[in-house]
Amino acid sequence: MLSCERIIALVFALGLLIAGALSASAQNFDAALAGFTKDSYNDTDSAIGAVAASGNPLALDVIQALQDGRLLFSGDKVFIKDKAGATLDAATGKPAAAPADAANVRLNNRLRRSVEAALGGLTLMSNDPARRYEAAQAVFKSRDANALATLDAALARETDTRVKRALSEARAAVILYQPGAAENDKIAAIGSIKERADQDARGLLAGLPGGQSATVQKAAADAIASIDNRLALWNMVQNAWYGLSLGSVLLLAAIGLAITFGVMGVINMAHGEMVMLGAYVTFVVQEIIRARNPALFDYSLFIAVPLAFLFAGSVGILIERSVIRFLYGRPLETLLATWGISLILQQAVRTIFGPTNKEVGNPSWMSGAFELGGITVTYNRMWIIVFTLAVFAALLGLLRYTRLGLEMRAVTQNRQMAASMGIRTARIDALTFGLGSGIAGIAGVALSQIDNVSPNLGQGYIIDSFLVVVFGGVGNLWGTLVAALTLGVANKFLEPFAGAVLGKIAILVFIILFIQKRPRGLFALKGRAVEA
Amino acid sequence: MRYSTSISRRCLMAAAGLAMGLAAVLPARAQDTIKVGILHSLSGTMAISETTLKDVMLMLIEEQNKKGGLLGKKLEAVVVDPASNWPLFAEKARELITKEKVAAVFGCWTSVSRKSVLPVFKELNNILFYPVQYEGEESERNVFYTGAAPNQQAIPAVDYLAKEEKVQRWVLAGTDYVYPRTTNKILEAYLKSKGVKQEDIMINYTPFGHSDWQTIVADIKKFGSAGKKTAVVSTINGDANVPFYKELGNQGISAKDIPVVAFSVGEEELAGIDTKPLLGHLAAWNYFESIKTPANAEFIAKWKAFTKNPKRVTNDPMEAHVIGFAMWVKAVEKVKSTDPDKVIDALPGIEAPNLTGGISKMLPNHHITKPVFIGEVRGDGQFDVVWKTEGLVPGDAWSKELDGSKDLVGDWVTHKCGNWNTKTNKCGS
Repeated sequence: MLSCERIIALVFALGLLIAGALSASAQNFDAALAGFTKDSYNDTDSAIGAVAASGNPLALDVIQALQDGRLLFSGDKVFIKDKAGATLDAATGKPAAAPADAANVRLNNRLRRSVEAALGGLTLMSNDPARRYEAAQAVFKSRDANALATLDAALARETDTRVKRALSEARAAVILYQPGAAENDKIAAIGSIKERADQDARGLLAGLPGGQSATVQKAAADAIASIDNRLALWNMVQNAWYGLSLGSVLLLAAIGLAITFGVMGVINMAHGEMVMLGAYVTFVVQEIIRARNPALFDYSLFIAVPLAFLFAGSVGILIERSVIRFLYGRPLETLLATWGISLILQQAVRTIFGPTNKEVGNPSWMSGAFELGGITVTYNRMWIIVFTLAVFAALLGLLRYTRLGLEMRAVTQNRQMAASMGIRTARIDALTFGLGSGIAGIAGVALSQIDNVSPNLGQGYIIDSFLVVVFGGVGNLWGTLVAALTLGVANKFLEPFAGAVLGKIAILVFIILFIQKRPRGLFALKGRAVEA
Repeated sequence: MRYSTSISRRCLMAAAGLAMGLAAVLPARAQDTIKVGILHSLSGTMAISETTLKDVMLMLIEEQNKKGGLLGKKLEAVVVDPASNWPLFAEKARELITKEKVAAVFGCWTSVSRKSVLPVFKELNNILFYPVQYEGEESERNVFYTGAAPNQQAIPAVDYLAKEEKVQRWVLAGTDYVYPRTTNKILEAYLKSKGVKQEDIMINYTPFGHSDWQTIVADIKKFGSAGKKTAVVSTINGDANVPFYKELGNQGISAKDIPVVAFSVGEEELAGIDTKPLLGHLAAWNYFESIKTPANAEFIAKWKAFTKNPKRVTNDPMEAHVIGFAMWVKAVEKVKSTDPDKVIDALPGIEAPNLTGGISKMLPNHHITKPVFIGEVRGDGQFDVVWKTEGLVPGDAWSKELDGSKDLVGDWVTHKCGNWNTKTNKCGS
């Protein structure tokens, strides 16, 4: 009996204790939440720390909501809006209707850093490895000494090697910035960070607070030197990649011109506007998708490519039929006429769509970047390279293996002969010009992903396109490819030394000199076609 | 005799009647309206920014006419299109003044267009209200600068970053033309005077419309990995900004790591782009649409009603025109004349409320007092004001940071001189 009473008493006492602890935590949590209702950055900042430290199960939700801009306040109450749009009382987690005047808790950069650090501490033990990885990165940046215990616990049970590495790097960062840490630990930490060997690691080591012992300082300096060596090497790779990327953009812009100017010999100043039209087609397609079926957004570019080709191609055929065909063999007049057309098209677009930039979104598969060794590869640039090469290959195939391609080559090589073989040269002229314009339209779809969609879009590319075609050799698609990539890579290797402006000038001077030496460009066409 | 007298009398009466009629008609024609010139590009590259300013001027003039006009006459807007073509600005300015006989002109955006019309305004003695933030180093008798001088935008922004964000390393990135170059020269001198070392300042210029930012963003990232807090001070011009911010976002540089404070990115520029990658980046202006004051709320409502477009945004140069127009109206009412000489003399000292709750004042150097705000980009393309100056900052025509100009002041009241040297007490540097 006695023991039974004792047990009951014990259970009671325990219960009381737990209840007490719970209510204390609840009080802390409530008091912390109140900080969000002051609409002052300092109060919000301390509230973030207090909520994170409260240990309340709702803390993570609150801070996550704060980061996503879903935390509202009204009077002295704080509400979480969940992803479905329903509101919960942040103090209890129970559904509650938020008053109409509820406003978002505002964040600035300092608070966003606090939120990130707090989230890092809270999600270190998350079940999702990706979140744990992010948390480790956040702690690496915040170097929050309070996270050390959690870090150790997380490290002890971590099984994923990538996350484990991130966690130990984060731990090293915390230890390195702890004033009282032992020298041995710091040296070990420097070793761990040295292995990370990226710019963040370099920044961490270079920013070590003063008052370190000589050994630590030396270890840090050695580590920085070794990281710098590695980064310098990767820098070369990076420049080459950027050059390739710039080259692919140049190629994309110039490849249509290689047809109209290179193959047909028409100096088409309105080429840039065809690119611009393609970009506006993308904009219209995205607007329709946004309004009708947002789920299709990721496929918007696939829909836009054929439409842009058809639209820009038809405009091209229209221009050829109505203006250019009367001006064959009169390059100066063609130049002026197409220049006029380009101005008309620009102003038309400005009148219809307005002078401001239009928002063309990146589909999710074209946003962001991934790390490849020491360089950051952005998805949009990568896909544009792939896309450009695909367009190039398709065009080569079309010219080589289709009847239309054969006729095009025949007409441009010897018009009279082709005509006497029964080819309708006028039709082929129109189709060739349409093809060149259509490809410019496709280029516009790709360029809308990296540049402004405005009526002036085309102007920025017309000079570069002519440069590429002339440099590569008129009438030669392979020449255009080599010229575009050469110019891109040369530009990117010059830019770090000479700056963007001087780099461009240097390239121009180089091309002028080159054309003096080889007036027909890199790959000159030989044979009768040239004399004709 | 009789006949002749009667004829002559009749003649006289008819002539008198005609003359009276004419007198009634002719001056009415001539004095019925006061013409106001609007010199903003409606086509070409600058149309993107300047079209809005034309619209806001039309709205202000319409509103003034509803209040009964000015000096009992209606105002008439004369809109011309200089088509983003600098020499054409000068031609159109001449046309406005000589042919249309406007009382004042509101216009220009780029510094080069202002420099291009300047000789015309001096020669024909008219008034130009210039509404855009600019590089300073100028104070002309015929020009009133209602936009920010560098000490009303660039320097407070740098102060904010140094104090609040503890920035120690600075990237000064700009488009390669006169405004960024002069602003960066001033900023560089200012930062050095605050003890920032040369190796902690990186200066970079890019051509107009630059779109391939990969190398520069990578360089900024590298520059920022020296263990010191780094920020970018951007004087990058309009169109090149979108690819710049996109590249920053794609390479994973967020405002938490390396904030960018821009002087040419406002609500209008953000309206056309996806602001997700820009979240938390900063802009320094003297006005933001998000500032909550009764005057601003009223202005925004009027603007949306006038343009019949609930999505139209307001921005800083628009507010500059609002202030400039109000000052001109007050000055004309004060001297009861639109004669440029009288209005120019009356303008210094005139006060007009700005839209953010203060009273701006025209100074003897033809610049005005303005508050300075730092805003962070929000998800909806608006700005959250995170910092503002105590009270209004008077605009300096001549920068105190540059050797060539620190002794100069513009003073059109006592010295009648735009570049009065306070050391030698002479006009002219």
